[in-house]
Amino acid sequence: MKVDPIHQFQIHDLIPMASIGGRDIAFTNSALVMLIIVASVSILLIGATAPRALVPGRLQSIAEVSYEFVANMLRSTAGNEGMKFFPFVFTLFMFVLAANLIGLIPYSFTVTSQLIITASLALTVFVIVVGYGFWKNGLHFLNLFVPKGVPKVILPVIVAIEVLSFLSRPVSHSVRLFANMLAGHITLQVFAGFIIMLAGWGVLGWFGATLPFIMVLLLTALEFLVAVLQAYVFAILTCIYLNDAIHPGH
Amino acid sequence: MAETNAHTEAPAGKTAFPPFQSQHFPSQVAWLAVSFVLLYVLMSRVALPRIGAILAERSKHISGDLAAAQGFKDQSDAARAAYEKALADARARAQAIATTTRERQAAEAEAINKRLEAQLHQKLTAAEQSIAATRAAAMGNVGTIAAQTAAAIVERLVGKAPADNDVAAAVGETLKR
Repeated sequence: MKVDPIHQFQIHDLIPMASIGGRDIAFTNSALVMLIIVASVSILLIGATAPRALVPGRLQSIAEVSYEFVANMLRSTAGNEGMKFFPFVFTLFMFVLAANLIGLIPYSFTVTSQLIITASLALTVFVIVVGYGFWKNGLHFLNLFVPKGVPKVILPVIVAIEVLSFLSRPVSHSVRLFANMLAGHITLQVFAGFIIMLAGWGVLGWFGATLPFIMVLLLTALEFLVAVLQAYVFAILTCIYLNDAIHPGH
Repeated sequence: MAETNAHTEAPAGKTAFPPFQSQHFPSQVAWLAVSFVLLYVLMSRVALPRIGAILAERSKHISGDLAAAQGFKDQSDAARAAYEKALADARARAQAIATTTRERQAAEAEAINKRLEAQLHQKLTAAEQSIAATRAAAMGNVGTIAAQTAAAIVERLVGKAPADNDVAAAVGETLKR
């Protein structure tokens, strides 16, 4: 019995829907999970706050804590002006967090382990940052690439490095999340595969299988941490980039 | 399991690593856009305003309660201050009443003393006057008695009664000395 650690990332067409420009737009397992993400986040944040209880219950507390967590994160990095992006950052954080956590459910699908998804999200952030930066500050936005107090001689080099690092942001932003989720899930699957492989070797293998089993147990805990942490990292990087768009001066 | 493995293993040589299979990119992006926009609308229109309202309501409630508590505390402080002021006023009034009463009684006692003293003084003066009158009367009589006595003595010694005027003059002269 062979376990393919890559199979979990495979996209399946569930319902073929339309073809745009020769490309098939199908309702896939990835799309299903994305809708499940939307549904679960909405149920948590809209359903749980429906009573509008003055003294919150557990689920309403989770909703309120998420709200205040993201609001504080955004306000501390981008200031009060950044709060106009609060719905966007909040949606982004909850989407990524829910995608990471739902991906940890066995036999489900991890949307954030698809590079195209994280790249789309990171590019959205990048486009918003650049668009808002130029719209709000005009050409002063370019001050972002000119640090103050740098000698004239090395300024061109510094500006080149700044531009390069700015342009590489969407890459690092998206690959960080994608690679973390992908690697974590592959590792989990590989160690889980060891359990099955060893268990097939008879009694001695059963004892041997406890070692990868313990490993999977610990890795699962680690993956929960990574799931939450990477959602946080994705959101806080978004906040930092938005801060650059709002306050381009160094 | 075997069937799905066969499905993925068969074209393993040709197909790319699943996250890099570009034929799925349009569908992924389309569904990401749909679900992200849907989530964004649900969050920004429903969830976030509601949670914000709940939090604002709670903080308003808490600050209202704190303000009410502060109001009650101020009231109780004011009542306490009023009570203490009333107590101090009453004490001061009692002090004042005691002082005026003491002064009035002292004044009355003084007046009675003065009146009694005046009466006594009057009586004393009257007594002194009567003593002086009595004494003057007595002293007036002394001359007559002395003259009669002197006349009687002279009559016994001389055998002849002297003239009253002479005796009176002589007695008067002697008394004056």
